Amino acid sequence: MLANNKRFAGKDMVLAGVIALFAVLPLIPGVLASSFTKHVFILLLLFAAMSQSWNIIGGYCGQVSFGHSVFFGIGAYGAGMAVVRFGMTPWPGALIGALLAAAVAVLISWPCFRLKGHYFAIATFAIVEIFNRLFMVWYWVGGAIGLDYSIMDQGWKNFTWYDSKNGYYYGALGLFAIIFGVVRWMEKNRMGYYLRAVREGQETAESLGVNSSRTKLAAMGLSAFLAALCGAFFAQYNYRVDPPMVMSLDMSMKFVLITILGGSGSLFGPLLGAAVLIPLQEYSRALWGGLGGGLDLILFGLLIIVVVVKQPKGIMGILTSFFRRRLGRPGKGDDRHGAS
Amino acid sequence: MTTFFQVILDGLLSGMLYALVAAGLSLIWGVMDVINFAHGEFLMVAMYVSYWLGFLMNVDPLVSWAASAVFLFIIGALTYRLIIKNTIGKSAMSALLATFGLSMLLKNVCLNRFSPNFRILGETILGGKTITLGGLIFPLPQLVTGVFALVVIFILYYVIKKTRLGWAIQASAMDKEAAELMGIDTEKIYLLVFGLGGACVGVAGGLLPSYLAIHPEVGGLFSLLAFVCVALGGFGSIPGALLAALLIGVVESLSGFYIAPVFKYVAVFGLYLAVIIVRPKGLFGW
Amino acid sequence: MALLEIRDLTMKFGSLVANDRVSFEIEEGGIVGLIGPNGAGKTTLFNCISGFYRPTSGAVLFDGNDITDAPAYKVARLGAVRTFQIVHPLKDMTVLDNVMVGASLRDKNMKKAMDIALRCLDWCNLADLASFPAGDLTIGQKKRLEMSRALATEPKLLMLDEAMAGLTSTEVRHSVDLLRKIRERGITLLVVEHIMEAIMPVADKMVVLDGGIKIAEGSPHEIIEDEKVIAAYFGEKFSKRLKNAKEAEKNG
Repeated sequence: MLANNKRFAGKDMVLAGVIALFAVLPLIPGVLASSFTKHVFILLLLFAAMSQSWNIIGGYCGQVSFGHSVFFGIGAYGAGMAVVRFGMTPWPGALIGALLAAAVAVLISWPCFRLKGHYFAIATFAIVEIFNRLFMVWYWVGGAIGLDYSIMDQGWKNFTWYDSKNGYYYGALGLFAIIFGVVRWMEKNRMGYYLRAVREGQETAESLGVNSSRTKLAAMGLSAFLAALCGAFFAQYNYRVDPPMVMSLDMSMKFVLITILGGSGSLFGPLLGAAVLIPLQEYSRALWGGLGGGLDLILFGLLIIVVVVKQPKGIMGILTSFFRRRLGRPGKGDDRHGAS
Repeated sequence: MTTFFQVILDGLLSGMLYALVAAGLSLIWGVMDVINFAHGEFLMVAMYVSYWLGFLMNVDPLVSWAASAVFLFIIGALTYRLIIKNTIGKSAMSALLATFGLSMLLKNVCLNRFSPNFRILGETILGGKTITLGGLIFPLPQLVTGVFALVVIFILYYVIKKTRLGWAIQASAMDKEAAELMGIDTEKIYLLVFGLGGACVGVAGGLLPSYLAIHPEVGGLFSLLAFVCVALGGFGSIPGALLAALLIGVVESLSGFYIAPVFKYVAVFGLYLAVIIVRPKGLFGW
Repeated sequence: MALLEIRDLTMKFGSLVANDRVSFEIEEGGIVGLIGPNGAGKTTLFNCISGFYRPTSGAVLFDGNDITDAPAYKVARLGAVRTFQIVHPLKDMTVLDNVMVGASLRDKNMKKAMDIALRCLDWCNLADLASFPAGDLTIGQKKRLEMSRALATEPKLLMLDEAMAGLTSTEVRHSVDLLRKIRERGITLLVVEHIMEAIMPVADKMVVLDGGIKIAEGSPHEIIEDEKVIAAYFGEKFSKRLKNAKEAEKNG
């Protein structure tokens, strides 16, 4: 069907275009002039990537977990331990952290996927809290103090820079490209169809030959692997790791909120959500946060309430119903239909 | 040996407080299948109400709990009318995320208005007093709170099981459409239930300034503990929530004393996971 | 060897016996109708065969495999696919995506799966609705989607659970034609139905359940005359009256 193939290519092109745009941005004089703006963009790309990895299991597969900061944290500690405890470059640490995170994810999820609805959500809260506290008292990984990086040579080998943020920027963009690319690939392949089928009706999916257990676990493992890579980046960017920074419920909620705000289960949802929330977070913290007023968070809270209540399909939902009315496309639904 | 019983006693007293907080949540969850993420913040607001009444007008928590309860009833009802009502029928996560936004809002409004400082009520009727019975020390504020908790839970349970209103509530919980077909105004029921859930928490929060410090972050952990109590007890079961709360209080107390304070919540959440894997619907869920 | 063999299948829920030692066989290439009054245990039987329930005792053999305790997805993969009485469209996915879920069972290559999916949509007259969200369809369209999706898995045995319920008489006629087309392609059909004018003309064999027990098995002509079947649908009294009337006619 020609129409479908055209839309296939369309999404690929938009994604490639977005990545190209971000790649070119620092080269245009004056756009990313200040270090602070670069910082905002780096976090934007990072959190978009991170939320996209959550999107795999939470958005496409519909298993809303609040435990992803655990995998983020394992990745962060992987990198941190490699650098601080073992004196290596962070790269092997990141890889090991990612594999470990995937293993932990599959092990923990296997019994948890039997739980329905709220029981599952609460179990994921419980898991974050447990990990958080365990890491607080685990001496080997630094306990409550965490791991602090000492000064080292700059560059890609150590994935550390002090003078300029450009390395981090392109690192974050690379991570973004990888994760968004993986999810786009997944959308077009059988896994994408199976994930969504499990979300829309597990029993129905089973009746069509979908092994829902295996599908969910595979999604969880992939999601955790990618989340851990993001965590490793975060550690490198902040030159340190500690439990409240990476393994907290607040961090988990961020990934969920960004995705839901942008449009869960859609390719560009996490980017849109991050594009709204991260600048909001960083600029309002810079403006008001310092006064101890929490005004930035009051705004956050209100925004979340309004979006969830008014348009649960998020920004993507708003966009697609807008375009639907303009172009007279079929159906009342939105555009989160995977490949088409 | 007395130490052991003391630890258990402290656990039971904590548990009763958790039960009171959880009872309201259990009611809301059971009737509307909604997890109120802001439940702990409701508690925090109730504590502030009671604190300010005590600080500015010298009203003791033993009296101001009523004001807290009424205030939180209103907050609960408003939460339903303005937020929850619009999430019913949408995805299961809608209400949870919306109330998460609410929790953020409430916490930071109080942070903004009242500063992050810990506040304590100076002289309360019960504060600091204890009764000694059989070698065991019963801290009076916790004891009174525990008694209140049991009374409120009993009244709640009685109303739900034995009164016509309670049957209407149960009917709305089991099948909203069928209840409406029977002439039950489910809108009013939902409004009432959310209000009552708030009121229960209001009672708890109203009494707490007798022995707990008040600050904007105090709600967070209570929220999580309430969720675990309700889920552990099982969907729709208030006695289940009570039992789970007592169990959690005791586990928290024992692990905190005999292992290490930081392990309190590892044990509590670990207990939840252990039970729920074996019984995916909680202890008494349906 | 029969394609599907049910041997002494019993399904108990506590003390309630939903299926009581049901036995029958289905040969390849036929259409078998499964009928019986409400509560006879037809859907329970379907659930037992397709792996959604685990039978209390007895055996289910499909294409030489023992699938008695097999989970639902395995049964589907072996080629026995069922539809549901209450339609289960994957609501937030398009019609095409719904069918793709079925189509990608046989072929991981997405292009080939797409071809299969589009073909099945054509068969069931759903090609125009391909990019509509499945949740927006009418009940008749949803039923066709259910069938189209199941067909996309290229099953050997297609089990339809009251696929005609809620359809207009025109839609019923189209569905019956579709059943014939499916049989022509070599797919065996096991059909639960209440709408007699839909199943009687096409079925090679009928199996009748009542109260969990198989009370009759035979061609459509045979079971219409069967007094147990008549008793099940119209009651003992009527069955006896009919029997007496027939004998009186015979004797003069």
